[in-house]
Amino acid sequence: MSLLSVRDLTVKFAMRDQTVTALDQISFDLGKGERLGIVGESGAGKSITGFSLMNLLSRPGFIDSGSIQFEGEEIAGLPDRKMRSIRGNRMAMIFQDPMVTLNPVLTIGQQMVETLQAHRRLSRADAEQIAIMKLREVYIPSPEERLAQYPHELSGGMRQRIIIAMALLLEPQLIIADEPTTALDVTIQADIMELLLELCTSNMVGLILITHDLGVVSQMTERTLVMYAGRIIEAGKTREIINDPQHPYTQGLINALPQQTLPGHRLKQIPGNMPGLAAIPTGCAFNPRCPYAVDHCRSTRPETVSYASVEVACHEVNRLHNTVLEDESA
Amino acid sequence: MKDLTAEVETQTILELRNVEKRFDLDKGFLETLKFKGGRFTREQRSVHAVNNVSLEVKRGEALCVVGESGCGKSTVARLVAGLLEPSAGEIHYDGQRIDNKSRGQLLDLRKKMQMIFQNPYASLNPRMTIQQALEEPVRYHNPGLSRGEVRAKVAEVMKSVGVDPSWSSRYPHEFSGGQRQRIAIARALTVDPEFIIADEPISALDVSIQAQVLNLMLEAKEERGLTYLFITHDLSVVEHFGTRVVVLYLGSVCELADTRTLFSNPKHPYTKALLSAVPQLKDDKPNHIRLKGEIPTPINLPPGCPFESRCASANARCREEKPRPIVQPDGAMVACHAVEEGRLSPEI
Ligand SMILES: Nc1ncnc2c1ncn2[C@@H]1O[C@H](COP(=O)(O)OP(=O)(O)OP(=O)(O)O)[C@@H](O)[C@H]1O
Ligand SMILES: Nc1ncnc2c1ncn2[C@@H]1O[C@H](COP(=O)(O)OP(=O)(O)OP(=O)(O)O)[C@@H](O)[C@H]1O
Ligand code: SF4
Ligand SMILES: [Mg+2]
Ligand SMILES: [Mg+2]
Repeated sequence: MSLLSVRDLTVKFAMRDQTVTALDQISFDLGKGERLGIVGESGAGKSITGFSLMNLLSRPGFIDSGSIQFEGEEIAGLPDRKMRSIRGNRMAMIFQDPMVTLNPVLTIGQQMVETLQAHRRLSRADAEQIAIMKLREVYIPSPEERLAQYPHELSGGMRQRIIIAMALLLEPQLIIADEPTTALDVTIQADIMELLLELCTSNMVGLILITHDLGVVSQMTERTLVMYAGRIIEAGKTREIINDPQHPYTQGLINALPQQTLPGHRLKQIPGNMPGLAAIPTGCAFNPRCPYAVDHCRSTRPETVSYASVEVACHEVNRLHNTVLEDESA
Repeated sequence: MKDLTAEVETQTILELRNVEKRFDLDKGFLETLKFKGGRFTREQRSVHAVNNVSLEVKRGEALCVVGESGCGKSTVARLVAGLLEPSAGEIHYDGQRIDNKSRGQLLDLRKKMQMIFQNPYASLNPRMTIQQALEEPVRYHNPGLSRGEVRAKVAEVMKSVGVDPSWSSRYPHEFSGGQRQRIAIARALTVDPEFIIADEPISALDVSIQAQVLNLMLEAKEERGLTYLFITHDLSVVEHFGTRVVVLYLGSVCELADTRTLFSNPKHPYTKALLSAVPQLKDDKPNHIRLKGEIPTPINLPPGCPFESRCASANARCREEKPRPIVQPDGAMVACHAVEEGRLSPEI
């Protein structure tokens, strides 16, 4: 049984004049202890996916249809009271901005003890001992003293490590990390990623890592979902997606990176922008930006098919692949 | 020491000489009074944002400034743009000292030098249409042009950055982030500058849009022979765009080298750690150098090397004496005692 199984999840936003679709029938599975990356550019629906899994969607967003099974139990549409015992306990979320999670007027110790006591019958002293142990696991120096400190007294990198310690407090099965290091410097980012990887592998914790950085995904995850305009347009082993992307958007994303072009040469840009939810093109949402688009792409939504060991939603993937082969043999 | 001037064929356009910038934290006289050891003393706390920075920018090059948040990158940019005054040192542009002149005295220079910010809202007025935003600098710097000529120039500039000129009556918020940044660049280009200071111009943009904007800046560089002072924290962008790189740490220069030299043979322990931390797309065995220790605040700068608290090669000399930049055989300038003494710890 997989840890998480999402089927045809559709999320909509009820706006004043119309209802727009933010997630369009997304499906994926996550095994126990597996690490999955979700990539895509701003507005693709990555965070909405994370919020939906945690049941943290707020109005005007709502789950329109589909199912989310967590450890075999249906959690889509679970009442908040029931979800609260799962959240934090069996699944936890790490946000880009640690201050979303940390309460500025409580000390680190108060917050950790509070979280522990909300879910476990523990004395204050025992809870503090667990908190200290978790802080030590994320390499916080002199953890006993940190308990008495307020969030603003700590550096950004240290705050993010404390967030990870708090996510691990109740030993969850699944951690959803939404751009956990985007606000941090590269040297600190590398530390935090290494730490997250180490903790997930040693405790068999499943990880969903949301990021727009393909380098991070490449180093952290086993499988990857690529999102565009609320759909999963490509899914498969991270290695294969990075080395041999099949969808024109994934190809475009990877090719646009500076390291894919000789220094000083023109980068391979994707024309245009990600559409807003109210203006998602019919057919394939990527068609106005796609160099391979044909009439069919403008009228009909491509279904997800298996191709070259990945799942891809593109009408032209066959033709595309043949063209590449011809080019190479020529 | 080797005489470098003979090797330098290209002309220096901008020069920073021992530039310092301190921001005073205690503004009033009373705030500076501290009670210590039984008596009052005056004590001024300041942020040492830029410390004894010397560098040159050559005509036609793209000098990239990299380093962690708070290391003084934007302060350097603002000093060069004349938005801040140095606390000490000199800034020369095209042979002329500029740091001690008023903005009015530098009218000519302001036309030659343009600044692009991370947030395009900082360079575009939200209440002006794109036409108005682009017309303003054209009129200001070319008072002789007729209305028709101004319009033609604006349309030409919009086209050159890939924005449809028929959209000129729209406001900035009606454009996407990438389009706004392209318009901000267009605005900077309308006055035919020779020098562009770009402070994280693509950091807020998506990969596909970054490529669009970076291509635009590359084109402008080639077609107009522009010179850039380009600030970024993205090392893959530096490798692509920069001709030379300066690495800052807590307001001091650690290393300054040709881009290729820096990436193929980084020397300063901080540069090495920085390069090793960049997540690689294709290699799955990262060889990341973990830095230990805490970053000191720029308020209480350590007396020795600013990197000493996190450096695996630090010794007593590093704790006491500030390393000066020394030219290496391959031309790189490195400020590190361990590099100078040839005793850099082997594991890094
Ligand atoms: N409360 C809301 N009301 C209406 N639309 C929303 C709301 N929250 C998000 N959206 C829209 O849903 C889409 C997906 O947003 P989401 O935050 O998931 O993007 P993302 O992939 O996480 O992007 P980023 O990389 O910028 O974080 C976007 O078009 C966004 O504008
Ligand atoms: N007006 C000011 N008053 C006081 N301190 C300042 C001021 N401007 C900058 N500083 C401080 O000077 C130091 C350098 O800041 P600067 O903005 O140049 O850093 P940066 O390298 O651009 O960082 P980032 O990557 O975060 O943009 C920081 O410690 C900052 O807090
Ligand atoms: S379906 Fe068509 S438009 Fe969409 S990515 Fe494939 S080829 Fe391009
Ligand atoms: Mg997001
Ligand atoms: Mg800055």
